[in-house]
Amino acid sequence: MSLLELTNVTLRFGGLVAVNDVSFNVEEGEVFALVGPNGAGKSTIFNMISRFYTPAEGDIFYEGKSILGREAHEIPQLGIARTFQNIELFEQASVLQNLLVGRHTHCRSNFITDMIFTPFVREEERRHREAVEHVIDFLDLQAYREKMIAGLPYGVRKVVEMGRALAIKPKLLLLDEPASGLSVEETQDVAFWIEDIKKVMGITVLMVEHDMHLVGAVSDRVMALADGRMLAIGTPQEVQNDPAVIEAYLGSDDTAGSGEAA
Amino acid sequence: MRTVFKTSYDADIRLFKHNAQAFWYLLLFAVAILLPFLVSDFLIGEATLVLIWSICGMGLMILVGQTGQASLGHAAFMAIGAYSNVLYQEHFSMPFLLSFPLSGLTAGIAGALIALPTTRLHGIYLAIATLAISVLAEDLIVILEPITGGVAGLFAPDIQIFGFTFNRYGNPVELYWLVLAITFVIVYLYRNLLRSPLGRSFAAVRDSEVSAKAMGVNVARTKMLAFAVSCTITGLGGALMGHFATVFTHETFNLIMSITLLLIIVVGGLGTIHGAFFGAIIFVLLPLLISMTRDSVAWLTGAGSITIPGLEQGIFGAILIGFILFEPMGIYGRWLKIRTYFQLFPFYRKDMFRRQKSYLKTERTR
Repeated sequence: MSLLELTNVTLRFGGLVAVNDVSFNVEEGEVFALVGPNGAGKSTIFNMISRFYTPAEGDIFYEGKSILGREAHEIPQLGIARTFQNIELFEQASVLQNLLVGRHTHCRSNFITDMIFTPFVREEERRHREAVEHVIDFLDLQAYREKMIAGLPYGVRKVVEMGRALAIKPKLLLLDEPASGLSVEETQDVAFWIEDIKKVMGITVLMVEHDMHLVGAVSDRVMALADGRMLAIGTPQEVQNDPAVIEAYLGSDDTAGSGEAA
Repeated sequence: MRTVFKTSYDADIRLFKHNAQAFWYLLLFAVAILLPFLVSDFLIGEATLVLIWSICGMGLMILVGQTGQASLGHAAFMAIGAYSNVLYQEHFSMPFLLSFPLSGLTAGIAGALIALPTTRLHGIYLAIATLAISVLAEDLIVILEPITGGVAGLFAPDIQIFGFTFNRYGNPVELYWLVLAITFVIVYLYRNLLRSPLGRSFAAVRDSEVSAKAMGVNVARTKMLAFAVSCTITGLGGALMGHFATVFTHETFNLIMSITLLLIIVVGGLGTIHGAFFGAIIFVLLPLLISMTRDSVAWLTGAGSITIPGLEQGIFGAILIGFILFEPMGIYGRWLKIRTYFQLFPFYRKDMFRRQKSYLKTERTR
């Protein structure tokens, strides 16, 4: 049984078919990358998995069960965490508080015990704080613990987003362009972290990424999309050499794949 | 500047960052307790009013400052608190100790019910919907005359606790202490809210609903909770306001009062407990200051008493515009800047509090 399975998923926005009959499986323990030009429907697939959008046709299975009956806020409870392409952090809160929000699915207190701050809540807070500290250690965020997000540089925000998703302790991590806008060194860090997330933490990763060096370095399997349709699926090498992929990126006459595209 | 060396996770959980901070707040509380021995009974009455407005302000602050939901209708919940408190005492002959929390609960439940339809709205639409509630409440009080006394209003009896009577005119000092105790409890609960998962989920909804959902926060439920908690506290403030005013009618809790509450928290500083207090102090002391100025001007010029209608509202409006233009963080924000200036002297830079440009937000999936 695959961890995540999409079967013949289609989503339309009015007349526009954003995702057209897409099927793929993500196996437990692998890094699976979605690549494709802008508007190919990569982020839309993410938004369907995290239940912001509902597909018109097809079904999405997680651990063998359909998740289409679930609300968006129930998805993290199942063990699926995500990041956003255009950083969606809680701006007026500190890094620590942002990471602690990631622990929300593990909170067992209710609003009355919270306001009285019973010993139980305090004990829970200590545990959440400890769990978050592991994430801070992992991502080297020690220097930013108390800093407000509103004053942080872009690169650090990207890392905090990843940390917040990790604080959920998911089984499946969806990374929406984890390296976009990052420098070469920062991208390298991201590559190491994704390796560690897979090998040390045992988390399955599904990511959208344009940087083919990163995709080639970390992913086990890649799926290429264009205009909402699947083009190719396989190892990074196979996909990069697929004629349909080269055509989608560079046009039909050019056969040479190069640079960031393919 | 003090650097706190944290050695345990409790350092991030405890109420005060360090002992010096605890000392100053306890000193402030001690001064507040001893205030009746320092100033006249008239000023104690004003101080009581400041505390009551602060309670109402803290209620609205939870909604606007912490959860980011606008409300132009909070006077309606003050009214629910004030009316239900008196009605519980009169019709069910409940003691104050029972009717008071129940009145808050009533306002809280009303708030939660109203949140059901209105929290689907965003920004200006939510503001308009809550504005309608304020207008509606005024009319409802008049229509429900058999219960509410209609235009004639209700008379709030003296507060009785175990046979001890609290009256604004009879024993203002004891009433002040009672209100102070209630304020203390509410500030404590508010602080707990801020450091608990509940407060974080409120902030999450305020800053980004999309990622709040992606973190497993039930946004609709959280907004409803915020409304409930906010209206409960404002309702408690309203109940105290009823006792303080002794007689109240539909006009006591009108639209102007809703807007005043909003002004208080904006001028004081959105999102902070301090803000509610600063705002309330300005709002209560301003009329006092104006009348004192008027008297001295009249005495200096020998022109007798001068009254300019609408002067108070005019000045308050000007203050508000000034704050929005020059200090959107309110009085508390200004205070933070001044304090940082002296803590870092001479290394304070002008742009230290300037916000970095925020990056593109995902509006599509809202």
